[in-house]
Amino acid sequence: MEFFRYTRTFNFMGKSRVAMIMSIVLVLASYALLATKGLNYGVDFAGGTVVQVKYDTAAPIDKMRDALKGNSLFSGATISEFGTPDEVVIRMKTTTGNVTTDIGDETRVALKGSGNFEIRRVDIVGPTVGAELKEKGVMSLLLAVLGILVYVAFRFEWRFAVASIVALVHDISIALGMVALFQIDVNLDVLAALLTILGYSLNDTIIVFDRIREGVTGNRMQDLESTINESVTRTLARTTLTSLTTFFVVFTLFMFGGEIIHAFAFTLLVGVVVGTYSSVFVASPILLWFGFDVKNYHNKLAEKAKRAAEKQKMRDQFDQGVV
Amino acid sequence: MKLNYRIVIFALAIIFGVAFSMPSLLQTEGGKKVTLGLDLQGGLHMLLGVKTEEATKSRIKSIAASIKHFAERNDILIDGLSFDETGVKFEVLDSDELSKFDEYLKEVEGSVISKVGTIISLTLTEKEIVKTKKEAISQAIETIRNRLDQFGLSEPVVAKQGEEKILVQLAGIKTQEEEQRARELISRAAKLELMAVDEDRNARVYNMSDADAAAYGDIILNDVKNPSIKYLVREIPILDGGMLTDASMGFDQNNRPLINFKLNAEGAEIFGDFTGRSVGKRLAVVLDGKVYSAPNINERIGGGSGQISGNYTVMEAKDLAIALRSGALLAPIYLMEKRSVGPSLGADSIKASLVALIGGFVLVIIFMLVYYRLAGVIANIALIANLFILLAVMSLFGATLTLPGMAGIVLTVGMAVDANVIISERIRELIYEGKSMHKAIEEGYSNAMRAILDANITTLIASVVLYAYGTGAIKGFAITMSIGILASMLTAILGTHGIYQMLETRITKSKNNKLWFGIKG
Repeated sequence: MEFFRYTRTFNFMGKSRVAMIMSIVLVLASYALLATKGLNYGVDFAGGTVVQVKYDTAAPIDKMRDALKGNSLFSGATISEFGTPDEVVIRMKTTTGNVTTDIGDETRVALKGSGNFEIRRVDIVGPTVGAELKEKGVMSLLLAVLGILVYVAFRFEWRFAVASIVALVHDISIALGMVALFQIDVNLDVLAALLTILGYSLNDTIIVFDRIREGVTGNRMQDLESTINESVTRTLARTTLTSLTTFFVVFTLFMFGGEIIHAFAFTLLVGVVVGTYSSVFVASPILLWFGFDVKNYHNKLAEKAKRAAEKQKMRDQFDQGVV
Repeated sequence: MKLNYRIVIFALAIIFGVAFSMPSLLQTEGGKKVTLGLDLQGGLHMLLGVKTEEATKSRIKSIAASIKHFAERNDILIDGLSFDETGVKFEVLDSDELSKFDEYLKEVEGSVISKVGTIISLTLTEKEIVKTKKEAISQAIETIRNRLDQFGLSEPVVAKQGEEKILVQLAGIKTQEEEQRARELISRAAKLELMAVDEDRNARVYNMSDADAAAYGDIILNDVKNPSIKYLVREIPILDGGMLTDASMGFDQNNRPLINFKLNAEGAEIFGDFTGRSVGKRLAVVLDGKVYSAPNINERIGGGSGQISGNYTVMEAKDLAIALRSGALLAPIYLMEKRSVGPSLGADSIKASLVALIGGFVLVIIFMLVYYRLAGVIANIALIANLFILLAVMSLFGATLTLPGMAGIVLTVGMAVDANVIISERIRELIYEGKSMHKAIEEGYSNAMRAILDANITTLIASVVLYAYGTGAIKGFAITMSIGILASMLTAILGTHGIYQMLETRITKSKNNKLWFGIKG
C-alpha cells in the first residue's frame, strides 16, 4: 500500500504565506486565550487538595455539597464528576499540615452519612511545594529547549536551530491555548505531555531538515526553495505515516486510558496534529526567510573538506616520515 | 540465508529481553522485577517538613535540665533558672561558687557564656543553631526510617529531599486504617519525659493559668485518659527519652498492655538520685505533653527501669514501643505534600493503561502489516523485541513503572515504529530509482540513519531533562521513554538491518517488491 508515491514535487513553499498567516492567527488566539481564560492550574502547581471519592451508586453531589458547607476548611470546594457518575473529585484550595489527621480525613468524616463510599485518592500539595514544582516545571521546559537548540545548531546550522525552536514555540503555544480553551487542569502530567510534544515535534522537523541538508549538499545548482519543496515532498509519506500511527496510539490512550490520563492524552493529541503541521509549514519556510545561504553553506562545507584533506595529507606525510 | 553480526546481536538482545522480562511478566517468586509505582499499586507518598526551630528549643531545654541536675548534685544553690529561644539564664546564690560552673559549662558545645554579677547566661551560637537544625532533620529521617522498618511494610522509602524535606513512600498500604497507623507512627514525637510534680502548689492547679504556673517555673499538663485532670509539674524535666535504651510492650497484673522501658547508666543514676530525694512525692510520666501516670515515690528506685501504663490497645502499645525505641523526634514534623492512592484505583489504572497499550500496539502492528507487507512484519518483530528489552532493562534496574510510565511505553511504540517507517520509505525510494536490492537496503539504512539518530538524540535530551527535573510519577515517564528510545536503536535500526541482510538474496531472487515492501514494480 502507498499513500504517496514521489512523482512530482509539491509547491509547499508557495503556500507558506497562507500557512504563516494561519499560524500567526492561531498563536495569537492562543495567547489571547491564555491572557483571558488563563491556565487552570491543578493542585500540583497551585497547591491545594484533591479528594477522589467513589460511591456504590451515583454520587449524591448535592448531599455532598451540603455536608461540606459547614466547615471553613472546605470553603471554595468544587465537586465534579470523574469519568463515571459514581465517581467524583472534590477540589479545594485549602491544605492542612498535620500528619496524623489531614484534610482527607476531615473530608471522610464530613461525608459520613452521604452514602456508601470509598476514598480512592487524596492529593494534598502545600503552597511551598506547589510553587517549587511550578518553578521546576518552567525550568525543565527552558532547559529542554536550550539543550535541543545547542544540539541542532551543532549538528546542522544555527538557522536550522532557530527555525526548529520557532516551530517548537509555535506548537507549545497552540497546545497551551487549547489547554486553556478547554480549561484542562494543568498538572505535572500536562507538563510531561508538553515536553513530549517538544521531542515529537522536533523529531518531525529534524526528519525534514535532514532531507533539506541532504538536498543542499547533494545538488548545488538548485535554489533553496525548490530544495525545500522537494525535501518536504519526499518526506511526506513518512510524515503522514508516522503522524497517523502516533495519532492512533495517542488516540487510544485518550479514549481508553482512563480519566486520570485524560489531560495528558488530550495535550498530546493537540501536539501531534500541530507538530506535524509545523514541521512542514512553519519550520521550513522560516529557513527560507532567514535567508539560509546555500552557496555560503557549500563554501563552508568545501572549506571543511579541504581542511580535512590537508590534515589527512599531513598525517600521511608524517606517517611516511617525510616531515 | 547468511548470518551477520547484526542478526547475532539482535538475537542475543531478544534472548536477553525475553529472559529478564519473564519474572515481571509471569510474576515469578524470584528474579528481579519491575516495581509498580504508588499510583499503580496503591500507597502513600508524603513530603514532610521539619519544624527545626523546635529542635533548638528542646536542645536549650535539655541544657537547662542538665544545669539543674549538676547544681543539685554538687549542692550549689541556684535560682531563677529560665530559658528562651537562644539560651539559658540562672543566678548562683553564693558568689563563691560561681567558678564551680566554669568547667562544667565549658563542655556545652557551641555556646557563649557571659556573667553579669552572679547571673550566668549561656547562649547558643548562630552556627550551633544551624547545626542543631540540620541534625534535627537527619535525626528525623533516621528515626522515621527506624520506626517504619519495624512497622512491617516491605521496602519503605525514607529519604532526604532538597535541603530540609523528608520524602516518605509506603507502597502496598491496603486500607485506610493501615495508612492511619503508619501516619501516626511517623509523626508521633514519642518524647518521654519524667517530671517532678510540684507538690507544694499542685493543690491550687485548677485555679492557675499557664502564666501563673510559668512564674513558678512550672507547667500545667493534662492527664491522657481524662483531660479534666490536671497536674502542676516542674517545667524542666528530671530526664527525657534520650536516656532510654529500650522499650517494649508488656502486660500488667490485669493483663492490660503497658510499656516497659530501660534507662542508660546516666539516666539510671539521675533517676535514682531524684527518687531517693523525693520519697513521698509524685513522679509524672509524661509522653508527648500528656501525663500517662503520676505514681507516688515510695522509695529510691535504682536499676533505671520503669513502666508507662495507659489505656491502650495491644496495637497502640506495640506502635508506641516502636516509637519510643526508635527515639523521639527532636522536632515536630508537618505535612507538605501527600499523595495517597487506594489499591482499587491503582488496579483500575493498570487495567485502563493496559487496554490503551495493547490497543495502540495492535493498531500499529496491523497498520504496518497492511502498509508494508513483509517489511512491516520485520518492523513488527523489532517492535515486539523492543517491548521485551524495555521491560527486561527496567526489571534489571528495579525501575519503577508508573502510570505516566505506561504512557511512555505507549509513546515508545510510536517512536520505535517511526524509525522503521523512515527506513522503509528510503528503501522504497531507492527501489524506484532502480537501484539493486543490495544497494537499496544498504543506502536506505545509511541515508535514514542520520535522521533517526538526530531525532532520537533530541528526544533523549528532552527525556533526560524530564528525569532531572521531574518528580515521582513523571520520572517514571522519563525512564521508560529513555530506555525505550535506546532499545529502539538496537531493535529498529540494527535488528531490522540484520534481518534484511540475512534475507537479501531471497528478496533479490523473489523480485516481488509488492510482497516484500508493499510497492509495485
